[in-house]
Amino acid sequence: MSEHTNTVSSLADPAARAALTGGFEDAPGAAKPDPILVVDNIVRQFGGMTAVDVQHLEVQRGLITALIGPNGAGKTTFFNLITGFDRPTTAGKGAHWSFDGRTLDKTSASSVARAGMVRTFQLTKALSRMTVIDNMMLGAQGQAGENLFKSMFRPTWRSQEREIEAKADDLLARFKLYEKKHDYAGSLSGGQRKLLEMARALMSDPKMIMLDEPMAGVNPALTQSLLGHIQSLRDEGMTVLFVEHDMHVVRHISDWVAVMAEGRLVAEGSADTVMSNPAVIDAYLGAHHDTDLGDDALLSEEHMQELAEEVAAEEAEREAEEEAEGLR
Amino acid sequence: MGRTTAGLVLALLLAPFLVLMTSGSGSASAVTVLCLPKADETACIASTMGSRAEPIAGVDVILTAPDGSEQTVTTGDDGKWSFEVTETGDYTVSADPKTLPDGFELENETVDVKVDKLGGSFGAILQLRSEDYSAETSKTDEIIQSTVNGLRLGLLLALASVGLSLIYGTTGLSNFAHAEQVTLGGMMGYLFVNQWGLNLWVGGLLVVLFCAFTGWGQDRVLWQPLRRRGLGLTQMMIVTIGLSLALQYTYQYLVGARTVRVVQDNPEVSTFGPVTITHQSIVAMAISVVVLAAVGYALLRTRVGRATRAVSDNPALAAASGIDTDKVIRLVWTVAMGLAGLSGLLYALVVNGIKWDSGLQILLLLFAAVTLGGLGTAFGALVGALIIGLVVELSPVFGMPGDFKYATALLILILLLLVRPQGLLGKPQRVG
Amino acid sequence: MDNLQLILNAMVREAVSPQTAAVAIAVIGLNIHFGFTGLLNMGQAGFMLLGAYGMGITVWQGLPFALGILFGFGAALVFALVLGVPTLKLRGDYLAIVTISAAEIIRYVGRSSLLTDFTGSAQGIPGSQYTGPFRDLSFFPSGSLTLLPFNYHDVADGAVWVRLLGWAITIGAVAALVYLLRSGDRFSGVARNGLVVLLTVFTVLLVLFLFPLNYQWTGVSGWWVRFVAWSLVAVCCFVVYLLVRSPWGRLLRGIREDEDAIRSLGKNVFAIKMQALIIGGLFGALGGMVYVLASSVQPDSMGRSLTFFCYTALLLGGAATIFGPVLGTIMFYVGRVFIQQGAQVYVPDSIMNTQEAAWFSYIVVGIALMLLVIFRPQGVLGDKRELRFDV
Repeated sequence: MSEHTNTVSSLADPAARAALTGGFEDAPGAAKPDPILVVDNIVRQFGGMTAVDVQHLEVQRGLITALIGPNGAGKTTFFNLITGFDRPTTAGKGAHWSFDGRTLDKTSASSVARAGMVRTFQLTKALSRMTVIDNMMLGAQGQAGENLFKSMFRPTWRSQEREIEAKADDLLARFKLYEKKHDYAGSLSGGQRKLLEMARALMSDPKMIMLDEPMAGVNPALTQSLLGHIQSLRDEGMTVLFVEHDMHVVRHISDWVAVMAEGRLVAEGSADTVMSNPAVIDAYLGAHHDTDLGDDALLSEEHMQELAEEVAAEEAEREAEEEAEGLR
Repeated sequence: MGRTTAGLVLALLLAPFLVLMTSGSGSASAVTVLCLPKADETACIASTMGSRAEPIAGVDVILTAPDGSEQTVTTGDDGKWSFEVTETGDYTVSADPKTLPDGFELENETVDVKVDKLGGSFGAILQLRSEDYSAETSKTDEIIQSTVNGLRLGLLLALASVGLSLIYGTTGLSNFAHAEQVTLGGMMGYLFVNQWGLNLWVGGLLVVLFCAFTGWGQDRVLWQPLRRRGLGLTQMMIVTIGLSLALQYTYQYLVGARTVRVVQDNPEVSTFGPVTITHQSIVAMAISVVVLAAVGYALLRTRVGRATRAVSDNPALAAASGIDTDKVIRLVWTVAMGLAGLSGLLYALVVNGIKWDSGLQILLLLFAAVTLGGLGTAFGALVGALIIGLVVELSPVFGMPGDFKYATALLILILLLLVRPQGLLGKPQRVG
Repeated sequence: MDNLQLILNAMVREAVSPQTAAVAIAVIGLNIHFGFTGLLNMGQAGFMLLGAYGMGITVWQGLPFALGILFGFGAALVFALVLGVPTLKLRGDYLAIVTISAAEIIRYVGRSSLLTDFTGSAQGIPGSQYTGPFRDLSFFPSGSLTLLPFNYHDVADGAVWVRLLGWAITIGAVAALVYLLRSGDRFSGVARNGLVVLLTVFTVLLVLFLFPLNYQWTGVSGWWVRFVAWSLVAVCCFVVYLLVRSPWGRLLRGIREDEDAIRSLGKNVFAIKMQALIIGGLFGALGGMVYVLASSVQPDSMGRSLTFFCYTALLLGGAATIFGPVLGTIMFYVGRVFIQQGAQVYVPDSIMNTQEAAWFSYIVVGIALMLLVIFRPQGVLGDKRELRFDV
């Protein structure tokens, strides 16, 4: 544990990262030298269907880890489970996960975030009827003015408020949202909302940021800068875990890839290794064995239709999950 | 603004109610009323000796005025008695024990009545009981009788709450105006059967059809456009509250605060062992069972029923698999309002009368039933309604003061939410 | 002209009545629940009833007035905790169903003949039993007072043109006030607030000049209770202002928008919602106490309908604004009196009698509530921009 402070800065170097990941075993549930997140035996069932069944997973500190898998693989459910937005069916019966040495088995979503593991959502949760700056200010931790009794006495929180606003301004500038500072978040484009959500998450100085499909619905021009942001977060020493569909993106920025299919972790490895892994291709494409995952020819009409059906099925599952969340 | 203008405004909003408006007013005299209170002049103290099912004639009822003077009347064949008084104050009512039928005595010697304003009617119920009344022997009988009453109430609640639950399931809306739809059923029954003199069966059928039509119309002119506008569910719920308020006071405006009856003659009664029950109740229970069974069958076995459940389970998936959700929701509104109307009609027959706020009084029981069974599950609402009905009727038997019988049902609801928020039949996996 | 003066007099009396102030306080509380936090509290009348009972029963039993106020607040606090614990972790509908049910339970219990010695059952507790200590606090002289002592009678003998001119200016002043309150950040803070206060004072004085009111200084329903009630309204507005412009208030609005997002940012959403429920409930209890100071504790006067009226008033004035609840409540009660009195004066009894006029006014209330939500959900003072986006 003690040497990680030294390794963090060095991980900005691609060669150092390659050397580090080169030492990892290419198998699902492989051990890492310095895992920030360790997950054991998390099972979630909806009715009779098992949505998630992850036996063991370790996420290395300071790297960008991608969590990929076909539609309905349970990636978002898995995110919900480890961030406290859902409870595993195995809760209290062997489910165990810890973050940065801290056990999270019985921890609420808000405590998970306070522990330093902050997430974003697949369907962006920008607070539409609040301004961009208000959205940002909400991200800061430990605000005295959020205490009911202190809130009525402005002097108790005024100076802190100024510091937080300065920090928010910096982040907004970095994410090219500063001009929108006083606009309602609802007036932003889809991509800008993704940026805002990420910037808001960063307001809390997390140790690890979990991004649920950060690229979905973002236009290509913004994608590049988003990827840049994610990489620079890593270079500053933050751990990133993200769910993504787009293989080009995954290949481009991830240091390590974990693959889920039908709720299970089926493979781990570097992007290239994983994408040539037969188990992964099986899981992803079923019958279409010999196609390259990054191949545009895949986007024929026939495939598009199949994809559309898969998407519809996943939409439905997502709805059900959303609803489950809503009920809590 | 005259009555007609007011009527027009309302008519535009809810055209079907105009029927009630144009023919319902001005015909108050149809119900036998012995004493009519005049605003600011007189008030009435009136009630019935015995039950409406079993009136007791020839009893001398004595009224003692605040100044100590006494008046006496003898009950008629229908057991009714009434006094007209011209001053407010505390009155006492009692009955001459010598005139009571053999083998009966008064449960309470006297009953106090506080007349706090002129122009109103005040009830004072002199409860009779057998002289050989003894707590032990009648306890079981009482439980059996109350169980039957509870089932009866539960079935009537079920008719209304299944619809409420289906609406909630398919649209996510908690419809606060559902209770007024129940009242509407009773009111239309009063109009069709009592006022227009239609045969009860024909009139009843018309009531259900009419109420179903109002459901169709409501969805057509109100709810569907609002869904299309993307009005939030909370806002829509407040719209139902507004509708509920408007309807309640419309009923009051048209029929007044009095109780109206669907049929005028007193119902016949049968006794099965310890259970005494009116024929209307038996028929009402039978109809409820048949209708509920039909709804259940339709939900489980027919194509449209399956579509409804699919929309209820997951609207997005249902829409994706080619179900026309708007059509399903329209149908659900139509059926739900028809069922609520039937429930109101049967309720009016069973308790022999309906008032502007009759529905309002059972609204919370409906919500309790739906929540108890599991929000949005039709069969849960059925189970919940039966439980609520039984709790309401049985709680007084088990020592809960009569004032608290509705409160008990609501308390059970709150306690249940503590341990099982998804309700009895709700799917646990939908709650995190 | 005389009829109109009569109707307007009735409206002004209703506008300044302690009951209106009391409901305004309760609506301010409801605004914290519904307007700022998005909590569907359908039992605000229950909070009011608890406050009223807490104070009424305590004083009736011969305990000090201050203790009564404490008990009123205590009861509301416990009520909020009991309702909040099971429901605040669930979806919003559950809170609605549980609060409306619990408020009804309180009313049933209050009505119960078992507790006649404490609650006076359905008849309630007459005001004479508990308002004494409150009136003893009055530092007003005895006798009665007409406000304003200098009024339209003193100008040209109350000629029609004086009154018409006055009415026109009043309408203008109110319109200017509303414009100012809606203007948001177009004017700078201090100047705007100063102008609002000035204009409010001017409007009140003008109204009192045109519709002089005569009440006893203290009495059962005199200036004393009005003074206290409206001062409390002002204090409540100020407290809400302090609360909602703070980071705490920002959290409330965040929870209203999306509580999962707030949870993901490490905030204890449950605790904040509970705080909001309690604070709003305490305002409700205070409203209930004020409500009964000039009348009696009547369980049926604080039933479901009152909660629904509170919602109507809130939406009318504008949810999530500081002054919306007060303006909405005044508009609600004054508007209702206008409809009722207007119908009574101008429609012959044969078409609509007194009772029917009252019912008619409530029909209008119901329809108004529907139309308001559909066509102008931001109310009079709300910001249209805030509602443009789907949540």
